[in-house]
Amino acid sequence: MDILDYTAVELAGRIKKKEVSVKDAVMAVLDRIDKTENELNCYVTIDRDGALMSAEEVQKKIDRGEFAGPLAGVPVAIKDNMCTDGMLTTCSSKILSNFVPAFSSQAVVNLKEAGAVIIGKTNMDEFAMGSTTETSYYGATKNPWNTDHVPGGSSGGSAAAVAANECYYALGSDTGGSIRQPAAYCGVVGMKPTYSTVSRYGLIAYGSSLDQIGPICKDVTDCATILEVISTYDPKDATSVKRQDTDFTSALIDDVKGMKIGVPKDYFGDGMDEEVKDAVLRAAEVLKSKGAVIEEFELSLVKYAIPAYYTIASAEASSNLERFDGIKYGYRTNEYEGLHQMYKKTRSEGFGPEVKRRIMLGSFVLSSGYYDAYYLKALKVKALIKKAFDEAFSKYDVILGPVAPGVAPKLGESLCDPIKMYLGDIDTISANLAGLPGISLPCGISKNGLPIGLQLMGDCFKEKNIIRAAYAYEQARGKFGREDR
Amino acid sequence: MKSYETVIGLEVHVELATKTKIFCGCSTAFGAEPNTHTCPVCTGMPGSLPVLNKQVVEYAMAVGLAANCEITRYSKFDRKNYFYPDNPQNYQISQLYLPICRNGFVEIMDQDGNPKKVRIHEIHMEEDAGKLIHDEWDDCSYVDYNRSGVPLIEIVSEPDMRSADEVIRYLEKLRLIIQYLGASDCKLNEGSMRADVNLSVRESGTGTFGTRTEMKNLNSFKAIARAIENERERQIELLEEGKKVIQETRRWDDNKEYSYPMRSKEDAMDYRYFPEPDLVPMIISDEWIEKIRKNQPEFRDEKKKRYISDFEIPEYDADIITGTKHLADLFEATVKFGANPKKVSNYLMGETMRLLKSNDMEPEDITFSPENLARLIGLTDDNLINSSVAKEVFEKIFTDDINPVEYVEKNGLKQNNDEEGLRKMIQEVIENNPQSVSDYKNGKDKALGFLVGQTMKAAKGKANPGIINKILKELLG
Repeated sequence: MDILDYTAVELAGRIKKKEVSVKDAVMAVLDRIDKTENELNCYVTIDRDGALMSAEEVQKKIDRGEFAGPLAGVPVAIKDNMCTDGMLTTCSSKILSNFVPAFSSQAVVNLKEAGAVIIGKTNMDEFAMGSTTETSYYGATKNPWNTDHVPGGSSGGSAAAVAANECYYALGSDTGGSIRQPAAYCGVVGMKPTYSTVSRYGLIAYGSSLDQIGPICKDVTDCATILEVISTYDPKDATSVKRQDTDFTSALIDDVKGMKIGVPKDYFGDGMDEEVKDAVLRAAEVLKSKGAVIEEFELSLVKYAIPAYYTIASAEASSNLERFDGIKYGYRTNEYEGLHQMYKKTRSEGFGPEVKRRIMLGSFVLSSGYYDAYYLKALKVKALIKKAFDEAFSKYDVILGPVAPGVAPKLGESLCDPIKMYLGDIDTISANLAGLPGISLPCGISKNGLPIGLQLMGDCFKEKNIIRAAYAYEQARGKFGREDR
Repeated sequence: MKSYETVIGLEVHVELATKTKIFCGCSTAFGAEPNTHTCPVCTGMPGSLPVLNKQVVEYAMAVGLAANCEITRYSKFDRKNYFYPDNPQNYQISQLYLPICRNGFVEIMDQDGNPKKVRIHEIHMEEDAGKLIHDEWDDCSYVDYNRSGVPLIEIVSEPDMRSADEVIRYLEKLRLIIQYLGASDCKLNEGSMRADVNLSVRESGTGTFGTRTEMKNLNSFKAIARAIENERERQIELLEEGKKVIQETRRWDDNKEYSYPMRSKEDAMDYRYFPEPDLVPMIISDEWIEKIRKNQPEFRDEKKKRYISDFEIPEYDADIITGTKHLADLFEATVKFGANPKKVSNYLMGETMRLLKSNDMEPEDITFSPENLARLIGLTDDNLINSSVAKEVFEKIFTDDINPVEYVEKNGLKQNNDEEGLRKMIQEVIENNPQSVSDYKNGKDKALGFLVGQTMKAAKGKANPGIINKILKELLG
């Protein structure tokens, strides 16, 4: 078996048993990168020297027993919107193309303290705005399953890197589906935990009230293990919550007997790809055969989620991105007369079209005279959606549905029609608006050879329900990978 | 000319005396090297997040309770968006929709000496911006973020004031409340208290308000008074000429005693306020409010009453001393060191006030320690120095906070109480001044003073004046 085919937890186990060294793993990843990265473009920054140096350090600490955790020595890739001390952090934007942070995000600190070796920073849609990783200043990432297709987004670099074995696992961030959707498009596992579970400190904000960091990885066991490591209470993030129940690996149980799973009809309506629908419903049958109780229900309000989401996320983004002004760090235009022209030219040259579109949209919905009609109304919709989910979770342990209405589109298809791209987020954004955890895992392959994702959503702080259901499904499904095509 | 009424409302910014900033752990100390009291949060680095300093909320609540406000039980921060280099995130975290305190009042005396309530619309918390330093020589600007994130409260009054006098009384009252709470030193000249004046005029007897202007850059009570008079006259002049007052923000230049427009309502910025998503709402419990209420200090009125009853000092003196927190603290601390309260009061009311006035200083600027004043009073109590020496020594205490015991010792200023020695000196003075002696004997009492003075001169100012008087009278019969 190729060392690259190990999951993160398997690799750590082999390292612990001294069957494999940390350096072997890092070298294997770097070799793979040499072979495939030119075509895929998963990374913005590859830190070869840093990774090799870190491999030695980590190996020593493993040998001394200082790193004994389940991820010690495993190479990881970090989405480029998470600050890494001393390592370029660009958000795939020209405006941060020269930005080197002086501190690391808390999630990265947690991983390093668990003995992770950082390979580099992964490509993404600029400032996480996009669903295809095509809005990056550093060019699009391609789907390892078929390089004519997008990997999804915005954490497309992370998902593609995991799928292509250019790392063992990665961190992504999810504001409207940015972990779950690329994981589905690339045939890997991705999870957005409950809002406030993973510290946002050091995550360069897009929509602060919706952003969550989460793992993108090879299987559900890795997913629970990684989440357990990165979920810590952080006093530096005022929205961080002290949780006592972050022992997510305890939910890796192959048993869903009596588990109540709701399937919202609204998620299988118009515009839904038949192949995706069939694969997802087959997955529901699998869980049913293992003893889960499956029931269809009406979730309602789903159609309001997209306008509410784009209003709230854009409003917050328009403010969050104000700090990128050419004054303190990042790109500054070369020639300007006075402060205002400097601001204008810097931001006009530094941001790409999708980011500008959302800044304008967000500024508009917050401007006086429109605030009540748009922003405030969107907040009300958000509250109603949360209520609808509260009702659903009074009946069901897990909600099962697709991650996206279709499989990965071809490169270039989405950019020419942003509204269509926004509509593609229909299945994922509700979890962000309601703060819920959601996991995405592969449940089939389309006729044209692209993976299909299954989404399981749980009530707030009930990650264990979805981890358990996902694990049970995965056990029944068996191994999933490109080799199985 | 018609008769006009001036209508004034105030927006007062106060820098709170917390040790650390409102959203990070950086020091708030004034006057450090540029950008040394900074971190990723207060310089707006990507990925940094604000965490609220609880002390800020407690100070804001304490000021609100002292100003009879309602405390908002569910309060939030909002972002105020505008681009300027002193504002590192290009938004200021402030409060618009749910400010911490609302609907209060403070009581002042109006022109006729009757009590009057000035209503407080709201008090909200916010962060201060950094400071820009323009280098004309290099044609560039530098930014210092030390002040960025220093906590402020903004106290917004209703348009209840009618004259500069009322405005000053309102500000003095606010300042005193805040100083007594220890929530700020409220120095207008250092910017820890800043007042923007909203002013309009209307014909007396009119029910509606005229168009108002907002005046900024007022750095002293005097400047505020001058700006109010000037703006009142400017607006009346416009109205008398049949012109209209334009709603605008104006900047006061106290050197030229003139204000000029900064921006009109038309180009007022749209701040696109919205709830700050990085901070959770504050839920303020009854218990928390009660805790703050219980810890409120003794304010001026109670203190004044206590000084009069416990220390038996005159009402006038008690009024002046309690009128400045620093004076009241100094008074109480000196008394604690064992000094007689009346004597302490006399020093503060007499010599201290005289020296403040001649040095153009405010009571807040006093630097001497209560211990040294108490020691000085001890020296006079023990008859170890006479009053003229005491006056000289006090001046040294006032300027350099010297230890009077050491100073008197070192400079040989101890009072001469040696009766025999003085008797010899006085005999000499009598022999040398026969004219004064006969004047005195002819009933000119003033002559005695001259003879005392001559003796004191011979004793190099250190003689005990009581002993001189006694011996002189005895020798002159």
